[in-house]
Amino acid sequence: MKRPRILIVDDSSVMRKIVERSLRQAGLELGDIVEAGNGIEALAAIREGAFDLILSDINMPAMDGIEFLRQLSTIEGAKGTPVVMVTTEGSESRVVEALSIGAKGYIRKPFTPDQIKERVSPLLEVLR
Amino acid sequence: MNPALDSKVQNVVRPDSSWGSLLQVGAKEVFLIMLQTELANLPKVEELTVTGDVTAMVGLAGALCGVMSIRCDERTAEKIAGRMLGSVGAVDPKDVPDAIAEVCNMVAGNFKSKITQLAEHCMLSVPTVIRGDDYEMVTVSDGDQITVGMAYDASPIWFCLAVHS
Repeated sequence: MKRPRILIVDDSSVMRKIVERSLRQAGLELGDIVEAGNGIEALAAIREGAFDLILSDINMPAMDGIEFLRQLSTIEGAKGTPVVMVTTEGSESRVVEALSIGAKGYIRKPFTPDQIKERVSPLLEVLR
Repeated sequence: MNPALDSKVQNVVRPDSSWGSLLQVGAKEVFLIMLQTELANLPKVEELTVTGDVTAMVGLAGALCGVMSIRCDERTAEKIAGRMLGSVGAVDPKDVPDAIAEVCNMVAGNFKSKITQLAEHCMLSVPTVIRGDDYEMVTVSDGDQITVGMAYDASPIWFCLAVHS
């Protein structure tokens, strides 16, 4: 079985490490994990190679998660990549906006490894 | 225009007497979930002054305009960063401001999610961190200020919400 290649997008390097650790603690079989500090870096990483799953913050400098989602949908070969937003933006309009332009779900910070697993597992299961 | 900011004129939210407790609960939840640590009450908190050489701040805009900040000493900030990252040894100094900024961001987000009008109509800025051994935080606006002091590993950590009038 192919091990999923995952992109973690967050302007906080600490949060990127925590998300990665949570994924590993969840017992998921993982392939490469690549990090990006904002939407621009994430798009550059995607152009270099496809990912099976993207976890992205919303509130970031340079290019936020909403604009990143919009631009992702214009990249041939990346359109179907599932994106889960990991954000402090609880229940409000920006989350709804992200879901309306293609995000497959969201995880609210603070989060537990179980919450990451619950949201991510079904998306990785499809790859089996 | 972003709907959260568009609502500013229509739905300005003012602090009430419950906000101190909500800020305390919001902070405790973040520490419990992300650091697996209980924040403790600070003895004689009313006699203490808000000090500390690390301050993280997040701006709020929309239905509530102001600044949420967290302040603590450098050693406490290092311990928080280490705990968040699950580090056994020394923490990378680069991770310390990043960790405190992220805690502040999560406390602000968690706090506003507890107030219905804010959850829907208030946005957070990207955090900023100030470090140094001699500075004073001054709020220029004449709005309300809510300050909650708690103890992390027996050292004070301060959570402040300065609301612009």
